Amino acid sequence: MSKYVPIIGLEVHCELKSNSKNFSSSKNGEGEVNTNLSVIDIGYPGILPVVNKEAVRKSIMVALALNCNIPEKLIFDRKNYYYPDLPKGYQITQFANPIGTNGYVMINVDGEDKKITIQDTHLEEDTANMDHLSTYSLIDYNRAGVPLLETVTDPCINSAKEAIAYLETLRNMFLYLDVSDARADLGQIRVDVNVSLKKENDDKLGTRVEMKNINSFSTVKEAIEVEIKRQMDILESGGVIEQETRRYDEVNKTTIFMRGKSDAVDYKYYIEPNIPPIKLRKEFIDEIRSKMPILEYDRKNKYINEYGISNVDASTLTKDKKLSDYFESIISFGANPKETSNVITGFLLGYLNKNYKNISDINISSNDFSDIIKMMSSGKISNKQVKDIFTKALDENISVLDVAQSIGTQISDKEEIRKIINNVFNENPKVIEDYKAGKNVNGFIMGLIMKKTSGKVNPGVTNMVLMEELKKI
Amino acid sequence: MTDKLIDEIRNSLDSGEITSDVLFDEAISKAYKYQNDYNCFVTILDNNRFVSGNSVISGIPYALKDNISTKGILTTGSSNILKDYIPLYDATVYKKLKEAGAVLMGKTVLDELAMGGTGTTGHTGIVRNPWDKNRMIGGSSAGSAASVALGIVPFAIGSDTGDSVRKPAAYGGIVGYKPTYGRVSRYGLFAFASSLDHVGVFARSVKDVSYVMDNIKGYDAKDMTSLPDEDISYVDNLDNDIKGRKLFYIKEAIDIESNSNELKNIISNFKDVINKCIELGFEVEEVSFGRELLEAVYPVYNVISCAEATSNNSNLTGIPFGNRIEGNDVNDIIMKTRTNGFSELIKRRFVIGSYVLQKENQDKLFLNAGRVRRLIVDRMNELFKKYDGLIMPTTSDIAPLFDKASDKLSEEYLILGNHLIIGNFGGFPSISIPSGFVNDMPVSVNITGRVKEDCLVLNMANKLESVLGCKGMVAKHE
Repeated sequence: MSKYVPIIGLEVHCELKSNSKNFSSSKNGEGEVNTNLSVIDIGYPGILPVVNKEAVRKSIMVALALNCNIPEKLIFDRKNYYYPDLPKGYQITQFANPIGTNGYVMINVDGEDKKITIQDTHLEEDTANMDHLSTYSLIDYNRAGVPLLETVTDPCINSAKEAIAYLETLRNMFLYLDVSDARADLGQIRVDVNVSLKKENDDKLGTRVEMKNINSFSTVKEAIEVEIKRQMDILESGGVIEQETRRYDEVNKTTIFMRGKSDAVDYKYYIEPNIPPIKLRKEFIDEIRSKMPILEYDRKNKYINEYGISNVDASTLTKDKKLSDYFESIISFGANPKETSNVITGFLLGYLNKNYKNISDINISSNDFSDIIKMMSSGKISNKQVKDIFTKALDENISVLDVAQSIGTQISDKEEIRKIINNVFNENPKVIEDYKAGKNVNGFIMGLIMKKTSGKVNPGVTNMVLMEELKKI
Repeated sequence: MTDKLIDEIRNSLDSGEITSDVLFDEAISKAYKYQNDYNCFVTILDNNRFVSGNSVISGIPYALKDNISTKGILTTGSSNILKDYIPLYDATVYKKLKEAGAVLMGKTVLDELAMGGTGTTGHTGIVRNPWDKNRMIGGSSAGSAASVALGIVPFAIGSDTGDSVRKPAAYGGIVGYKPTYGRVSRYGLFAFASSLDHVGVFARSVKDVSYVMDNIKGYDAKDMTSLPDEDISYVDNLDNDIKGRKLFYIKEAIDIESNSNELKNIISNFKDVINKCIELGFEVEEVSFGRELLEAVYPVYNVISCAEATSNNSNLTGIPFGNRIEGNDVNDIIMKTRTNGFSELIKRRFVIGSYVLQKENQDKLFLNAGRVRRLIVDRMNELFKKYDGLIMPTTSDIAPLFDKASDKLSEEYLILGNHLIIGNFGGFPSISIPSGFVNDMPVSVNITGRVKEDCLVLNMANKLESVLGCKGMVAKHE
């Protein structure tokens, strides 16, 4: 079966966050059906596009993060075709001069690093949303004209697993750069997949099959696996792969023929005449570069090298940008990074997992979180108390500081502990007898002390004082 | 009164001799009076009224080509596909005229979607020449030209993609001006060929054109191709000294062997104009432009304008707006709407446009046309290093009779008939002013200048106009 190597290329469409649309001042965001629109979005006669600078900035940010070349001039093209979701009859996109070209991004698959090369990333406008009903279709133009960034890889991915690792890396990049919410469930990120099979030890690529508009990563994985299998079966039985576009049927787990090569549309691309080429000055690019947030990879290294957090924990913290942001916010209030990390990875994530919650569901302010960690660091509360405090606060949705108050803080004062120990001795004369008889009673006495104080004493200090007191007997 | 020049109308309004309402009513009654014979208007706006404004053109009625978007007012592009289309927004040029206080009295007939030069292809019928009903006024801004030539309004707005303001102006014996590309915002002008489209002005004198230009020019954030504002009044600079200004004319276009008396007389009129230029203090030289380049002008225009037109008009599907023809499915609706909505001539242009943009033809046809366009513009810019303007007869003929075949490609058509397009290729400011009569029909000369030098072009045209004796002409006198 290893005669063939899968060759996969991905085209990822990502809706960018911005106040207004890519070429009009209509709102880019949620709204009642057909309310975020203007004459420009519905292509009324005489309208002209005006480029959204914010969308350009965000696109450049992505291009830089993908190590792409940025062109000297920003130029748009028209892609001409008729469909009701495209009111102007053409889409303004970038064909000849994408905003980023020849880049790469590193991904990690099963602990191995792999470089995914990026053909280009280009800025365009989204189409309207259509709802096809039995005898008619409805069009919602709210999405028409929303800035859309399409990132195209070279055919350099060799498995469904790599494809998913790349998609997750890319999505995280969008989130870290804060250019998109990148929610696949809302169609903010959509994937076209190209799959072909190449004979091992052969340089020639096989005939590729395209699958369009898949909007969940798990479906991408399934579709790739199913399509590889389909092509493999054809080739092994001596058949030929046709260049075509297929659709993945999620219910029957199979890909279905949509159209062949001869039906391919000629989009008649040509330069958009209403947008003069815009010079992308070096200072403009440098300014964007200087304001770029630190990305996942760099954050992870910082956690390991500066905070002494383990590789595994640093990965866990940075995999989810919201979690990483929360962590950074907590330590910004003075909590020790490593102890904070231990509480998050050693307790909090497990708690969330067990309760089917995620990090956004937590309403403990990072300041409060930090205070609790600080109490732990100064010995006022024990590690176990921290867990109890968080569990109670999260279960009952109450303030951690209030819980900490009510549970009480740890007793570390030697003389206070000494008093407690002597009280225990007085209340339990038999233990003293046993000690005098040479028995090891330390553990038993500790248990009595803990019980008496509801575990509030500092175990280390208590043990030390207990030894001193026992010696006096 | 509406057949007078703006200065005179302004004086009458300011002195209280006349009110803007009376002026408006006069324009409306003339519009109705001539509508049957000349067909200037798609819509006559009987009930519009002067609201406010204090510019030189406030209270003065004018006409707007029906491919310029007017909120709440039918705007058809003279095409069946938009015969009931009422826009939801105002074009920038209309908004600026409104702010200046000018009063819109009608939307004028054009060649369907501004594609055509005869004034005969609008969906509401042909427009006739006010000087001779058996002749064309030319297009595409036919109704705007005719309404000014008839004295219905003192000025009108048109659009010019190849010669669509300057040619009908010449056939109508009035002034037609196509400013520098970007000087007047195109926002709201129905796109024909975006890289060639300009908003232009008709009036009966260079000064009147300048009054209007001073009110409609300027940067528009809605049009990324619009030029930055310039702190200058065109009217204030009309009388600047032009002594020593250098003009050239194209040898290949004037040295024509022709048996046509009409053409001979047009050239002879032009030569008289050249002599007057010299008397005024201009220096005029004959320049060989390059025959190959000149012969390429029309085919290059055809390729570029058709290509852009097919894309620009892809919004006319009947889906979000327009005159929808129902069908079995969406493709059927789009096909029926477009089949029924456009005339054959338009469809022919779309087919040419699609053909030249096809992947396998694009480099050879569309992109090469762009390269030749660049060569032609470069040649002009090279000449503009030495000369301040190109002066030429505006047209190679007088307004044609309706039965005259219009698709001929004779030598004079190829060269003399198409030099105006060079103004669109380079976005050069270009003005046509009447210079006399041939066979009782008006003829004109045209001056094209350097990009952004609208002020100088108007200045030179104004000086020349003062010695040609054709200022303020109207075809009909009450």
